[in-house]
Amino acid sequence: MADDKSNAAAYWKANVRLITGCLIVWALVSYGFAILLRPLLAGIPIGGTDLGFWFAQQGSMFTFIGLIFFYAWKMNKLDEKFGLGE
Amino acid sequence: MSQFAINLLFVGGSFALYIGIAIWSRAGSTKDFYVAGGGVHPITNGMATAADWMSAASFISMAGLLATGGYANSSFLMGWTGGYVILAMLLAPYLRKFGKFTVPDFIGDRFYSSTARLVAVVCLVVASVTYVIGQMTGAGVAFSRFLEVSNTWGIWIAATIVFLYAVFGGMKGITYTQVAQYVVLIIAYTIPAVFIALQLTGNPIPMFGMFSTHSESGVPLLAKLSEVLVELGFQDYTADVDNKLNMVLFTLSLMIGTAGLPHVIIRFFTVPKVADARWSAGWALVFIAMLYLTAPAVASMARLNLLTTVYPEAAGQVENYEDAMAEPILYEDRPEWFRTWEETGLITFNDLNNDGRIQFYNDANPAFADTAEDRGWAGNELEVNNDILVLANPEIANLPGWVIGLVAAGGIAAALSTAAGLLLAISSAISHDLIKKTLNPNISEKGEMLAARISMGGAILLATYLGLNPPGFAAQTVALAFGIAAASLFPALMMGIFSKRVNSKGAVAGMLAGLLSTLLYIFTYLGWLFIPGTNMLPNTPDNWIAGISPLSFGAIGAMINFAVAFGVSYATEEPPQEIQDLVESVRYPKGAGGAVDH
Repeated sequence: MADDKSNAAAYWKANVRLITGCLIVWALVSYGFAILLRPLLAGIPIGGTDLGFWFAQQGSMFTFIGLIFFYAWKMNKLDEKFGLGE
Repeated sequence: MSQFAINLLFVGGSFALYIGIAIWSRAGSTKDFYVAGGGVHPITNGMATAADWMSAASFISMAGLLATGGYANSSFLMGWTGGYVILAMLLAPYLRKFGKFTVPDFIGDRFYSSTARLVAVVCLVVASVTYVIGQMTGAGVAFSRFLEVSNTWGIWIAATIVFLYAVFGGMKGITYTQVAQYVVLIIAYTIPAVFIALQLTGNPIPMFGMFSTHSESGVPLLAKLSEVLVELGFQDYTADVDNKLNMVLFTLSLMIGTAGLPHVIIRFFTVPKVADARWSAGWALVFIAMLYLTAPAVASMARLNLLTTVYPEAAGQVENYEDAMAEPILYEDRPEWFRTWEETGLITFNDLNNDGRIQFYNDANPAFADTAEDRGWAGNELEVNNDILVLANPEIANLPGWVIGLVAAGGIAAALSTAAGLLLAISSAISHDLIKKTLNPNISEKGEMLAARISMGGAILLATYLGLNPPGFAAQTVALAFGIAAASLFPALMMGIFSKRVNSKGAVAGMLAGLLSTLLYIFTYLGWLFIPGTNMLPNTPDNWIAGISPLSFGAIGAMINFAVAFGVSYATEEPPQEIQDLVESVRYPKGAGGAVDH
């Protein structure tokens, strides 16, 4: 029982760490590159505009999709590793 | 065959398909009705979620907003897609594990309080009903344009169709109908975009064409667009914004509003396993992105097309824009699509300087007033409604009649699929959470389904009535729906999963504080219950607190919700042990089983 509990706690901790990492990337591309840090990226030209604009209108969406699939894949491995999957 | 007959064929044909699917997959039990029997494949569910999510606002209005706002309106793109990241990581898998039918179910059980359940029902119903009104209005406009009936008739036709397949099919019917609607709307959106991208850039993939070279001028498309805009006194398409705080908060509000909207969340109760809920969110975003990546391309290309239609000389390589802008087209030479849309009143021309030519520029820009005067322009003569951009696209690109029919069917599919999903969320909140859980726990399964169908019928009638007599402002109502979801439901759901310490008093106080502060801020600038003239401050950036617009306040409301909930919870007792065990159990997929009704 105690083992079950510490196992479950470790699983949850790993999950929260993974979520935190993913959300940092999520915030970096959208609020960072696309909005707040756009002036820093102004020097990188892409198709008639700058990289920040690309992140705002396309890049962030590609990143979001990648993040969800990465998370789903990682979580499947965690489910298996901790024996907590279905 | 006339265009009217083609439209009728496409719209009628697609309806026959949806209704056929609804009848074929008729719901037999409450489980079928609420969560499609819990047996929907993650990719199927992703596609249905995409159709559920993409409403008339996404299909019809968004490209128009991007075209006029340029970079500044990128918030819509990031906000309405980024929400799925939060949904996949912070809500969907755990709510699926919890395994109940509705959002108030979770809030009621987790916070062991029927007050919390009722507050959640109220938030859900208010957010969903305001959102449905917009869909009904959108469907009405699309019907009246393409079927050449009055707006009133358009809304009634829409209401009847939604009633038929949502009421009889329930979630099971809706899921498969929405898959069909997704296919219709994505094809309808993509085909005209591909042709326009080919015409302008030679690249058949719109999202790449947007960042490639404009064939006629040899300049990158976005650079060309910005050049022409600036020469007419408009803002550079890619110009940065000054008020970054507001842009961040607006994007955040749309993201957490997306994650907190009940009709999207309940879709994740339909998949067989917890892991499937995570994959399903990813697939939903893939299907949504297929439209959302095309939308900015449609926006920039359609804007350029419109400008070069008026100023043909500005389209090619231009040495001197002063000469190129000197001779806009003669009104009598306007293209055919221009004439068709003029009949709807959505394009209007008013020859202010009586030269028979169309002057289209930004007359609200004081820095441009001298240039305009030198050119002999007496004011902007052309008004173009944002919302026609996507619908008029096939005509602008000279595409055949069947493409126009397809776009009509697509726009209507977008409005109806969202309306149906919202109505299902409303009816399950009323029949399940209000009647079965609160008023009459002994109701039979049959009685509960009857109550669900009756409340759905009632919700359709209310939405139709409000759609016929709209409070006057689609954008504000939609923003209110997002604000309410972001400020009330999302924080309660997230804290319910990620904190064992938040108790019923904290959750109820948090939801009420988030909801009321958001409503207060919105009503201060937009009028009490949106009644014009009752606003306490004019809705202009100078009056906003710290430059935060009422549309962006949902994010602040959510922060207030979190703060109040934590404050009150830590000041009062811990939740009981069995609730802490419940929180523990939703965190692990093991032993999930199907969505059950106790």
